[in-house]
Amino acid sequence: MKAIKQIGLVIFLIGLTIFTGTLFTGSFSLTESELDSFVDSKGYKSEIIKEELRNAIVTTEDLNIFQFSSRVRNAYQASNNYYDGLIAKYDAEKNWDKKGEQYQYRISGKLHTVSYEIAKKAGSGFVKENAGLIWWLTFGLAILGALLFILPNFILLGNKGIKNNGIYLEASTNRGWIAWLVLVYLVAFYLLLYFAADYVVNWTYILDPISEFLNGGPASQWFVYGFLYCVIMLVMATRMYIKYRHNKYQVIRTTSVLFFQIVFAFLIPEIMTSLNMPGYDFKNAFPLDYDFFFDWNLDNLRDNGAIGLFILVWGIVLTLVIVPVMVYFFGKRWYCSWVCGCGGLAETLGDPYRQHSNKSLNAWKLERWLIHSVLIFSLVMTLVTLYCYFSGAEAFLGIKSHWIKDTYSFLIGSWFAGVIGTGFYPIFGNRVWCRFGCPLAAYLGLVQRFKSRFRITTNGGQCISCGNCSTYCEQGIDVRAYAQKGENIVRASCVGCGICSAVCPRGVLKLENGPEDGRINPTEILLGNDVDLMDLVNQK
Amino acid sequence: MEHIVIIGNGISGVTAARHIRKLSDKKITIVSAETDYFFSRTALMYVYMGHMKFENTQPYENWFWKKNNIELKKGFVKTVETKSKTLHFANGDTLGYDKLIIATGSKPNKFGWPGQDLDGVMGMYHKQDLENLEKYAPNNKVCKRAVIVGGGLIGIELAEMLHSRHIPVTFLVRENSFWNGVLPEGESAMINREIIDNGIDLRLGVNLKEIKADENGKVKSVIIPETGEEIACDVVGLTAGVSPNIDFIKDSEIETGRGVKVNRFLETNIPDVYAIGDCAEQHEGIDQRRPIEAVWYTGRMMGETVAQTICGNRIQYKPGHWFNSAKFVDIEYQTYGWVWAQTKENESRFYWEHESGKKCIHLNYDKNTREFIGINTFGIRMRHEFFNKILTKKRTVDYVLEHLADANFDPEFYKLHESDIVSKFNKENNTNIQLKKKSWKRIFA
Repeated sequence: MKAIKQIGLVIFLIGLTIFTGTLFTGSFSLTESELDSFVDSKGYKSEIIKEELRNAIVTTEDLNIFQFSSRVRNAYQASNNYYDGLIAKYDAEKNWDKKGEQYQYRISGKLHTVSYEIAKKAGSGFVKENAGLIWWLTFGLAILGALLFILPNFILLGNKGIKNNGIYLEASTNRGWIAWLVLVYLVAFYLLLYFAADYVVNWTYILDPISEFLNGGPASQWFVYGFLYCVIMLVMATRMYIKYRHNKYQVIRTTSVLFFQIVFAFLIPEIMTSLNMPGYDFKNAFPLDYDFFFDWNLDNLRDNGAIGLFILVWGIVLTLVIVPVMVYFFGKRWYCSWVCGCGGLAETLGDPYRQHSNKSLNAWKLERWLIHSVLIFSLVMTLVTLYCYFSGAEAFLGIKSHWIKDTYSFLIGSWFAGVIGTGFYPIFGNRVWCRFGCPLAAYLGLVQRFKSRFRITTNGGQCISCGNCSTYCEQGIDVRAYAQKGENIVRASCVGCGICSAVCPRGVLKLENGPEDGRINPTEILLGNDVDLMDLVNQK
Repeated sequence: MEHIVIIGNGISGVTAARHIRKLSDKKITIVSAETDYFFSRTALMYVYMGHMKFENTQPYENWFWKKNNIELKKGFVKTVETKSKTLHFANGDTLGYDKLIIATGSKPNKFGWPGQDLDGVMGMYHKQDLENLEKYAPNNKVCKRAVIVGGGLIGIELAEMLHSRHIPVTFLVRENSFWNGVLPEGESAMINREIIDNGIDLRLGVNLKEIKADENGKVKSVIIPETGEEIACDVVGLTAGVSPNIDFIKDSEIETGRGVKVNRFLETNIPDVYAIGDCAEQHEGIDQRRPIEAVWYTGRMMGETVAQTICGNRIQYKPGHWFNSAKFVDIEYQTYGWVWAQTKENESRFYWEHESGKKCIHLNYDKNTREFIGINTFGIRMRHEFFNKILTKKRTVDYVLEHLADANFDPEFYKLHESDIVSKFNKENNTNIQLKKKSWKRIFA
């Protein structure tokens, strides 16, 4: 069994190495006619961009993606520099008309994005031409290896039950060198995905056939991300199924997040795209779905007739009605640990790291400041965006719509949710984003704290303060602090994953939806001690 | 300002300190020789097993004590001089007090076995035991086999700990079945099976004759008197119960028996000296409890109570209905009320076991009045408040069975066995009890 695990690990690492290695393969160049049609399709006004690009990438040289990207970006830079030079020149000459004219020739947009666009067309090589084979050598091997690594646990972990043996003794789960390596890989992955997608264009070739099958078009970097997300969740869910096979709540919950990720977040949007509809994730609620009210999305929905209108109405109803009503009845867990994609990844890929959330009081203070700030940030951004959208103004309350959208997307959407939120799993735990950053979680948390039937019931005086519950709370709640006082746990941040209840050796904790009366039950003296005394102290 | 000194920073002493602080601004000092800060002794096993770090076993962050103006002093109290109200420490320090709370807990029993003080022989109680175990049994290369002597809760925990690092374990239990002084036959047999099922070499009905040393004074083997068998091992765990840790007051005027003798107000024979927790011995057991109760929650309750007394609200220690819990490898155990190992004359019993052999419940009730006396539950979680109410209101066993759904505390979606249980009871007793649906109203009534 152990040998199978070792073999699995080796196979997985081979798959991962090939996957990473594909980034360095391929040859990138455009033909004259490809360049013409590309530049025409973009409608650039710059008179020199075509020339710059021609010199850069219409070539018989064997350019890899990094050289190619650098040349493309330089070409755009050169074009813009040229016009910036003219602007400066006319500015110095105080020739305002001429100066104003120049701005239209500048090309805006992120250089890596446009570089990605060209690279997608410009690539050739073994990966692109043998996508199927490469899929098997990368995804195929990694999945096979991971499963070989995971499945023997069915035997190796022993009988059903909580098996956290060795978590704090191993480098992978105790912030050792393996954890740091994983962190570096994940952070690098997100940085490339968000800020230099052209560097990972080779990965999109691997998935082109699958993308074409699903939505009729080639794979984008977002398709790669979505597909990878589903694959990782599937594989790591098998790990959850084995580890928590004694606990039906965990089994059903894992199945639920898997279902919503694969069907709602991945398949339905792809199929909608293939039907020429806007691809929409019906479970992704604003303000987590922060660009729902961005002008491009609203325009897109308006252009799509009935289905667009339906999505618009659904999105609003989801946030304003469905989300709070469900939180009232079931707590925010119905979303955060049963439906949400971020939660889904955290509960599968992130499960081995859940113990790293910080339980200190200071972390709790930071959490409340941060998450509510992000909520306000997202609401202000949306307000500004909507005002500008309907009024046609550029700014509202002195805030430029364009600026605030870009800032939010960059800081919150990319850095907080992605690079830090997932990249830092192995060191800071699996719910960094959900706990400190997610504006939807902040909103659900407010409802859960003040108007909900959900609580974690503490079972009288049975707690022995062992601390398993606090240790394994991914949201950094000091569960024990409540349990040892005989108090129910009612906290805005609780996502109801149910692990505290699972790891409790004395049967002290139970997630319940019950009457609001008595949900919050501060006690001085715990159940079991003399009844008169309890009454005396608790009722004063 | 009155100075309250508490010897011992376990659950009893710390609870007393916290409650005194809540009720007053007296000066409080907690003395401990074991650790700087309070930790949960019951969680030591999880540190060795790698479920937690030692820091995770500390229920309060380190700033807590200063913020609450509770002084911590590390030191070993050698003697207590009650006349001058002074503590003398091993290093020569002294500390005066106005009121003294002795909360020094227990120490593992040693019964004078030859070799009981060799290297590699240890109890599993103190933080130092954990460090010792880490030294002598870090893995199954250094420790090729461990022998555990004594079949109680700590014994099986130590077995589980060693098993988690794949160290072969031989478990010597004096009784004919595990913990059968406390557990009735069915439950005890279930735990025997659980131990064996985990690959632990369980030896029932055997004693320890002696522990043999190698040339370096380290344990080499143990000898079993019954068979004369010699078992080679690198570690011996002595887990044959605990007794009050009160050697340091034997020479003082404080009255001691096995523990520090206290009355119902947790007062000793000396004014202003109190004892709580594992080290306190009631003159007579309360209700049917033992005079010395080495249980987590009774320590906590005594701490809560003595704080009231010290702060001017003199109050008796009145533990309510008996309850307890434990976990035997993968099987959770809870008990509410009394289910003795042997059925008493006025009692009738009902035992249900799940076909998996890993879950059971055992009901005890008065055979004449049908009043519910207690329940053992294995592999099924039950609601403490439910049974506390049942016991206070002296409900019948029939009522309990009728409302079993209210009692269940298992996580959501777990398979429930209530109808199974009730129908078995009906069949055996010719009754017609109908299981009621779970009702929030009743649960919160």
